[in-house]
Amino acid sequence: MKTRREPLTDTQLLMTITICIFIAMYALAMIFLGGGFLRAQQIFDLLNDNAPLIIVACGLTVVMIGGGIDISVGGVTSLVVMSCVLYLNADGNLFVSMLLALGIGLAFGAVHGLLVSYLEIQPFIVTLAGMFFARGMTTILSVNPQKLTHEGLNAIRSIKLEIPWLGYVAKNGNLIPGRIELGVLIALLCVIVIFLVLKYLRLGRNFYALGGNQQSALMLGINVKKTRFMTYLISGLLSGIAGFVFMMHTGAGNATNAAGAEMNAIASSIIGGTLLSGGVGNVIGTFFGTLTLTTIKKIVVTSGLKDPWWQSITTGAMLLFFIVLQSIVLSRRGKSRAKG
Amino acid sequence: MPNETVLTMRGICKQFPGVRALHNVDFSLRKGEIHALMGENGAGKSTLIKVLTGVYGKDAGSIHLDGVEGEANIHSPQDAQNIGIATVYQEITLCPNLTVAENMYIGRGASFLVRRKEYEKKAGQILENLGIPARPRQQLASCSLAVQQMVAIARAVDMQCKVLILDEPTSSLDDKEVQMLFSLMRDLKARGVGIIFVTHFLEQVYEVCDRITVLRNGELVGAYRIEELPQVQLVAKMMGKDLDELNSMNAFERWNRTDGPVVYEARQLSSSESRPFDFQIHRGEVNGFTGLLGSGRSESVRAIFGADHVTGGQVKVDGKPVRITRPIEAMKHGIGYLPEDRKRDGIIADLSVRENIILALQVMKGFFRPLSRAEAEKFADEYIQALNIKTASKDTPIGSLSGGNQQKVILARWLLTHPDYLILDEPTRGIDVGTKLEIQKLVLKLAEDNVSITFISSEIEEMLRTCSRLIVMRDRNIVGELTGDDLTQTRVMQTIAGGEAS
Ligand SMILES: Nc1ncnc2c1ncn2[C@@H]1O[C@H](COP(=O)(O)OP(=O)(O)OP(=O)(O)O)[C@@H](O)[C@H]1O
Ligand SMILES: [Mg+2]
Repeated sequence: MKTRREPLTDTQLLMTITICIFIAMYALAMIFLGGGFLRAQQIFDLLNDNAPLIIVACGLTVVMIGGGIDISVGGVTSLVVMSCVLYLNADGNLFVSMLLALGIGLAFGAVHGLLVSYLEIQPFIVTLAGMFFARGMTTILSVNPQKLTHEGLNAIRSIKLEIPWLGYVAKNGNLIPGRIELGVLIALLCVIVIFLVLKYLRLGRNFYALGGNQQSALMLGINVKKTRFMTYLISGLLSGIAGFVFMMHTGAGNATNAAGAEMNAIASSIIGGTLLSGGVGNVIGTFFGTLTLTTIKKIVVTSGLKDPWWQSITTGAMLLFFIVLQSIVLSRRGKSRAKG
Repeated sequence: MPNETVLTMRGICKQFPGVRALHNVDFSLRKGEIHALMGENGAGKSTLIKVLTGVYGKDAGSIHLDGVEGEANIHSPQDAQNIGIATVYQEITLCPNLTVAENMYIGRGASFLVRRKEYEKKAGQILENLGIPARPRQQLASCSLAVQQMVAIARAVDMQCKVLILDEPTSSLDDKEVQMLFSLMRDLKARGVGIIFVTHFLEQVYEVCDRITVLRNGELVGAYRIEELPQVQLVAKMMGKDLDELNSMNAFERWNRTDGPVVYEARQLSSSESRPFDFQIHRGEVNGFTGLLGSGRSESVRAIFGADHVTGGQVKVDGKPVRITRPIEAMKHGIGYLPEDRKRDGIIADLSVRENIILALQVMKGFFRPLSRAEAEKFADEYIQALNIKTASKDTPIGSLSGGNQQKVILARWLLTHPDYLILDEPTRGIDVGTKLEIQKLVLKLAEDNVSITFISSEIEEMLRTCSRLIVMRDRNIVGELTGDDLTQTRVMQTIAGGEAS
């Protein structure tokens, strides 16, 4: 009895599905498209370009597990990028700029959390307002793109983790090692930390209880308001981190930075097995969700469909596919349970 | 020790929009006693409990708890838990997406980390000790409702509490589980825990309780020692009627009609959950399936309705062979079914009481005898009256009704559809004694109206009062059929026990 394996929980089931589909998709791309897909650098590039997306998607996953939604993440990220670039270009201190990034993120998260959990305003509306506010602020700070001129940060930006044995031989015969940016390491760290929080901290489990059934969570003795507040705070904090990573990746501030990041982050979370209705989800799934989403876009481009709308259409189709798949899997499960 | 009070509530008032749920209610609980909180559906029992545990704020009154200086400050269920009040609420309040062990330990204690392994080990032990058929790492959603209820109880009794509150914990448990719970309650009582127990099963009250507090319409009727309040008087106090009136309510004429044509007939009908059986019912007949929980009585009627996967057998409706493999086909042939498991069967919380009642009717127009909307509304209003549904108005959202009154609405929904053949599985569960009688009368009235009815209930008395034929089941087989003079409690028990062949 003790050794008997439990059937997967909903969270584990959906995450497993995502990981399997990702691997299958990538394998197919390797077989049929070959080329870049055969190099490890392909994955590294995906990670380099999408580290900020991974980070905000983690924050969104936390909010969604708690049964909420945060669509301000792209706006906040963009505001952080612009603020930090301007501050650093005015001869700012590197360390202070990091605090600035975290501070802006936390401030947005705290305000959202207060409004949603203590004043009980719809999270969609609150964070929509937050998004407009952040975007507006970004434009006020500077309408024109700003190039980062801070030497210290530019030095850090150029640091790359090189892995020779995952490199490839270029046409001219030189070995080009696999290159990973610092931002990716930060993103992976975020994934791991949030994973641990969700799995081992009391707070993390309370997020699941909250999303599973708010009324029950209250009756089970959970401080529902504080718990919900924390989900938005974490999401805000991660948006701040994502902004800093974004800046390290692009080295410039622009009012349209991270445009649409919120929607991509929501899509990544959902593909990764987070349910919009709350209570189910996991950041490892979200990580693979982001990879799945960005890989499919890459596949579309590589197969010659270069026009941008193809990417949107595939994203839409992908999302739909996953949502339908999830609801079929879960409802079949529900049926077999009702009988058993 | 027995006379020390652990909890005193004084002058509690609670007003909901349009409803005075509690008015100046006093309540006191002693150490080491089991105290029944009684009253009709909507009397205010759950509200009193929720005020005590901080789910609702109180409008007036004070709460004192032994060991807490001054007035107890309870503003949330968390506060209540922290000062030693453990609660099993009437509706199941666990999280379906978490595991069984997590549901038992979440929200408790103050540690920063979850000690999953430790919780799972402890939960495993408790589940085993209490004989609850659940595994600690199983997701709660995969457990049956009865097991979920047991898990909620296990969580509550595991807390080192001074006060344990059980709001209708037994409504989805079988006899064995109830006995298990009672021995648990006696243990806790011996350890000096004060227990508040709410139920509509009167025998259970007299089996375990020491004192009774009766509420009626949100007001305190009185608190009594169990010896000084015999069952009839308890009922009279709950309903606010005197004994003569009660006696006249209890007068039942046995309904006995088996001479009509056969409406429904099954030969060797079987489903994934039930063994093959033969069954038939006449027009205007009331029969019942009885047997212990798990004897297959619910599974048999589910097979009739096509609610489980039907695997074989021939079915005739009005003498014509038909195929019924899905509920919708059963409905097309004029069969209605009130399932046992009504917590899952939807009420639509935001719709009004009246809309909830006529809902099924609108969906099923065309299957059953058609009624116009005006007629339906008139009937809905009649049923609100007849079933004594306590609601501020017909347009109140059903979500704000008391648990028992929500049950009545669902029952009314099915009664109103007026099918040719109606199956009622535990229609009176969670419903107060007075209304139980009303429901039994309604069933007989429907039968007079040529509806055939199959009635299932855990309370044999109730079945004896309404049914003219009882089918007795044991271990998923029909072991006897009782009619006429054989319809007595002893005969039924004998047949269930298998004392002799019939
Ligand atoms: N949240 C609420 N909003 C409005 N009215 C409510 C609410 N909860 C309860 N009521 C009303 O308060 C009254 C008392 O309800 P309560 O749930 O305490 O009854 P109860 O004694 O527990 O009945 P039952 O035996 O059916 O569980 C009822 O008339 C009910 O309609
Ligand atoms: Mg109640």
